[in-house]
Amino acid sequence: MDDGDVLPLVVVNEPATPSLRLADGDLPAASARDGTGDRADAATPALEITGVVKRFGTVTAVNGIGLTMRRGHLLALLGPNGAGKTTTVEVCEGHARPDAGTVRVLGRDPQTERAALRSRIGVMPQGGGAFPGVRAEEMLRLVASCARHPLDVPWLLDTLGLRECRRTPFKRLSGGQQQRLSLACAIVGRPELVFLDEPTAGMDPQARLLVWDLLSALRADGVSILLTTHMMEEAETLADHVVIVDAGRVIADGSPRTLTATDPNVGHIRFRAKAGLDTGLLTAALPEDYLVRELTPGTYRVDGHVDPQVVSTVTAWCAQQGVLAEHLHVGGRDLEEVFLELTGRELRS
Amino acid sequence: MSTTGPSAGNPASRFAPGTFVPAPGPGSRIRMLLAHARVETLLTLRHGEQLLLTVLIPIALLVALSLLDVLPGVDGAVAGSGGTGARVHEVAPGILALAVMSSAFTGQAIALGFDRKYGVLKRLAATALPRWLLVCGRMVAALVVVLIQVSLVTLVALALGWRPELAGVLPATGLLVAGTAAFGALGVLLGGALRADIVLALANIVWFVLLLAGGILLTPSAFPPGIAHAVTLVPSGALAEGLRAALMDGATAWTSLAVLMVWAVTAAAAASRTTRLT
Ligand SMILES: Nc1ncnc2c1ncn2[C@@H]1O[C@H](COP(=O)(O)OP(=O)(O)OP(=O)(O)O)[C@@H](O)[C@H]1O
Ligand SMILES: [Mg+2]
Repeated sequence: MDDGDVLPLVVVNEPATPSLRLADGDLPAASARDGTGDRADAATPALEITGVVKRFGTVTAVNGIGLTMRRGHLLALLGPNGAGKTTTVEVCEGHARPDAGTVRVLGRDPQTERAALRSRIGVMPQGGGAFPGVRAEEMLRLVASCARHPLDVPWLLDTLGLRECRRTPFKRLSGGQQQRLSLACAIVGRPELVFLDEPTAGMDPQARLLVWDLLSALRADGVSILLTTHMMEEAETLADHVVIVDAGRVIADGSPRTLTATDPNVGHIRFRAKAGLDTGLLTAALPEDYLVRELTPGTYRVDGHVDPQVVSTVTAWCAQQGVLAEHLHVGGRDLEEVFLELTGRELRS
Repeated sequence: MSTTGPSAGNPASRFAPGTFVPAPGPGSRIRMLLAHARVETLLTLRHGEQLLLTVLIPIALLVALSLLDVLPGVDGAVAGSGGTGARVHEVAPGILALAVMSSAFTGQAIALGFDRKYGVLKRLAATALPRWLLVCGRMVAALVVVLIQVSLVTLVALALGWRPELAGVLPATGLLVAGTAAFGALGVLLGGALRADIVLALANIVWFVLLLAGGILLTPSAFPPGIAHAVTLVPSGALAEGLRAALMDGATAWTSLAVLMVWAVTAAAAASRTTRLT
């Protein structure tokens, strides 16, 4: 994956600046406005929340979260289990009433202007969301009948690989099939904005690639997307904007590239080889200020500025030791590392 | 392979550019209502345990109580014409009331409790379906199911020799609709407020208690006077007594109708405050 793979935004960390892509983001939003007779300006953010607090009894699930998502953007909300992602999404959808803070979805308050918003947004909850006995196709048709210009139901079932099981009751669909049906329900009404809570959880690799393709297409067509995920690769590949939350607070906010950007002097090389090699020789062969470690038996890491000469020195050392460097990885940081750095490596209770 | 830029489109994508251009807006209300009512009806008719409760038990009771002389106060010999034909005459109206209570109240409450548990209401609340249409859809479904139940019970009763007063058919229809509304609203009140497993237990207990002591199997006259009056004021007693007056005597029981309406309105008002989506 090279730079061409990264989404072309990147420069702006704070999302407050008006969209550089207004021209292409404008078109669908304008048609949406005509469709609903909506007065909200297409230039208002798709989502803007500030200082949102949500408590359940003594538990403070969301503790002052603020974030802004521009129209036509894909925002990935990351965070450990229990960080408050689902609660945040439910506050945005209007399902949960915040104890404090303001929420604006497409310029409107989801609590007081729910009726005006409902037909403009699509929602994929984290699990469930269908009558246990309902057949896949019946459920999708029911949701489609609530929309003025729904997508073609057989086409959507086909596309999401649900044709074979369209007559299967929801409770007998596999986990991944339930997820795909739920995703279909979220997009069938051609919404302007979709909330997807862990859309690829439990999906096989083919289904995940399909969903990534689908999300890219939605975004290319001007749909604003908020998704939560535990897959850093998903966020890194798809998102314009990443927000990491922990214990109900935002702890990082920016484009994948700004979040993973580092000082050029702090790159690293990681590789696997036989355990217990003499790293002293490599340290000696490298210029000063390079740190060489065996992180876990057989996993080596070299920290410092990485250039072709350094890579060559490392591989020459491997050759000298008579070993092949496997999984050789040259990098700055990836999102996974950023995430672990920020949220810690321990399992949360 | 590369991921897409926002305007470039992905050449490797299986989706043509423009496939998902937003075009939001609510569907037509009548289509939403019909689609929702259709799904709710199908789900009820497909559900084995629901059918047992709503169709098989009432019909089994109808047959058993018409053929066997077990209930006090229901006595073919006293009624004059003797035997099964006379007993079914007295049993059938109560069984119709039982059928309504089983589907509109117990079945409805349990289904709603579990729909909430499985996030169905949240899902539907996220569509353009307004809440009042959600209620109407369930009501239409309840009426369709009651129509099917009443037809089946009536057919079996006719086969057993039932000859209802024709003059009572119209008031009976009105009572059945009012009874469905009253029990339906009570079912929503119960199913919309508590946890699914508690709803399941309570709905069945209430069903059983009303069956025995709510004026369905035993007519109010089988109870001591004070209690007898109270029995005519619970929805099951009002519906069963009203149906007996209509189908046995061809009379219109305005009091029963009024009692059912009061239950319907009160329960609906309460339910609109207490019903939760999850
Ligand atoms: N209805 C509720 N009642 C009580 N506590 C709740 C409720 N919903 C969420 N919580 C608590 O709020 C916190 C945040 O939960 P939330 O579901 O938002 O986390 P999440 O980030 O979506 O986690 P996951 O990655 O596991 O989905 C958790 O501690 C959870 O136990
Ligand atoms: Mg969650």
